[in-house]
Amino acid sequence: MHAATKAPIIAIRNLQKSFGTNQVLTDINLDVDKGEVVCVIGPSGSGKSTMLRCINTLETPTGGSIVVDGMDMTDLDLDIDAARTRIGMVFQSFNLFAHLTVRENLTIAQTKVLGRSKAEANKVAEANLAKVGLSEKMEAKPGSLSGGQQQRVAIARALSMDPDVMLFDEPTSALDPETVGDVLQVMRNLAEAGMTMVVVTHEMEFARQVADRVVFMDGGVVVEAGPAKDVIGNPAEQRTKDFLSRVLHPGQLG
Amino acid sequence: MSVPTANEDGRQTGPDVPAATATPKAKMSKRQKAKLSRGIQYAILVVIAILIVIFADWPKLIDSFGRIDIATGMFPDVITMALKNTVVYTFLGFALGLVIALFVALMRLSSVGVYRWLATIYIEFFRGLPALVVFLVLGFGLPVAFDNFNLPQLVIIMIALGLVSSAYMAETIRAGIQAVPKGQIEAARSLGMSSSRAMFTIVLPQAMRIILPPLTNELILLAKDSSLAYILGSSVDGRELAALGRAEIVNTANLTPFIVIALCYLIITVPLSYLSRVLERKYGSADSGVK
Repeated sequence: MHAATKAPIIAIRNLQKSFGTNQVLTDINLDVDKGEVVCVIGPSGSGKSTMLRCINTLETPTGGSIVVDGMDMTDLDLDIDAARTRIGMVFQSFNLFAHLTVRENLTIAQTKVLGRSKAEANKVAEANLAKVGLSEKMEAKPGSLSGGQQQRVAIARALSMDPDVMLFDEPTSALDPETVGDVLQVMRNLAEAGMTMVVVTHEMEFARQVADRVVFMDGGVVVEAGPAKDVIGNPAEQRTKDFLSRVLHPGQLG
Repeated sequence: MSVPTANEDGRQTGPDVPAATATPKAKMSKRQKAKLSRGIQYAILVVIAILIVIFADWPKLIDSFGRIDIATGMFPDVITMALKNTVVYTFLGFALGLVIALFVALMRLSSVGVYRWLATIYIEFFRGLPALVVFLVLGFGLPVAFDNFNLPQLVIIMIALGLVSSAYMAETIRAGIQAVPKGQIEAARSLGMSSSRAMFTIVLPQAMRIILPPLTNELILLAKDSSLAYILGSSVDGRELAALGRAEIVNTANLTPFIVIALCYLIITVPLSYLSRVLERKYGSADSGVK
């Protein structure tokens, strides 16, 4: 669907996912190039989060293939834990480790999974916490942070593994409105720094401004994909138009 | 005045109940009722106390349960040996029980069906069995069944208490593990942790906060169950509180040792229940930071 001159860093081919008899994803095809920012939009229940979670196989695909950075994620012989260290993930509900400090949240996987020394892990953690603007919260417990701060720490935690790709699963949906801006700013900075990002989001403004490409999903299929100005600004499909009018002008829904 | 209003005593509502101040039949006010209720409760207490004082045969009671000379005669053995043994048995049983319980709990949550079944059978079996039966089987049944089954008494007690407590603790631990939000595992896995590493570094430490208060309760129950060790009969040195108490009662033909033993159990259990309450206050509230 996307004319790629070089091999895409994420290549999703004919992805199927069903829970029992409930077919959630049907024949998803999606390529993401290195450094590209792809926003996935669509109504809830459209399968966009499931698609994202299939990329690092938090959900096991029932069919098709997903290749990330040359690793076939559906290959049962793949060292999935090693593969996941190269795919950062940010969750809607932050999922910071509640019993650990911010510092420990940022270093535990570095030392235990990547085998980095404590000193090195701390250095990486400090650099990434500074990147999200929360250096002063190094010793805080997650419970003492606001939702927006927790999400920024969660982004720093994922970045501390030096991933090639970052997946965001509705990162601002659980936030108070006034903290959404800080999180989006951090993501914007990341995009500008050239990170490859797949973002499932309801933030149309963010998608419009930051995404290289927007994918609209509905009913478990990709309905429409292309540059943000096309998909959001001038959608070709009726389903996209309906969704966007509901999201952009919610007052008219009644 | 036909608006439905609550009377001042809060009970009568309805269209035909007038406002409280206008009540002609002088229903009691809320304050008066509370006063009366408290008065009745105190009165009952006083009456019972008086009845006990009047009807109890105090000299006989004191002679049976309160002989100071017999009580003092039990020291220091009751502390240095019996209390110590009770504590030792309890903690050994608890330690073994905890290890078994952790394994059984993880088996209960295993993706392998056979493990789940085995764990369920284990839990149902030992939870349903009286502790006394476990002691009898281990102490007398197995040595008869197997000629060379000749474990030291301490080990038998430890295994018996461990088996009894592990079934309860396994369920507690399983519930604690399941109470940790699934997102914690997903976050750990997404950072490349294996499922067992996620379990031991992320899930179990958080589950521990949830299960610590109920585990302390289990420790209290176990301290009391350790009294069943007396049926194994033991060397003089191995006597715990219950065994020593029985021996002293036989020796002295007096029931005072019961009181001393009872107080010794309380020395163990009261601090533990205090600890349990402290832990509950500390960790009992919804775990901070997990949304």
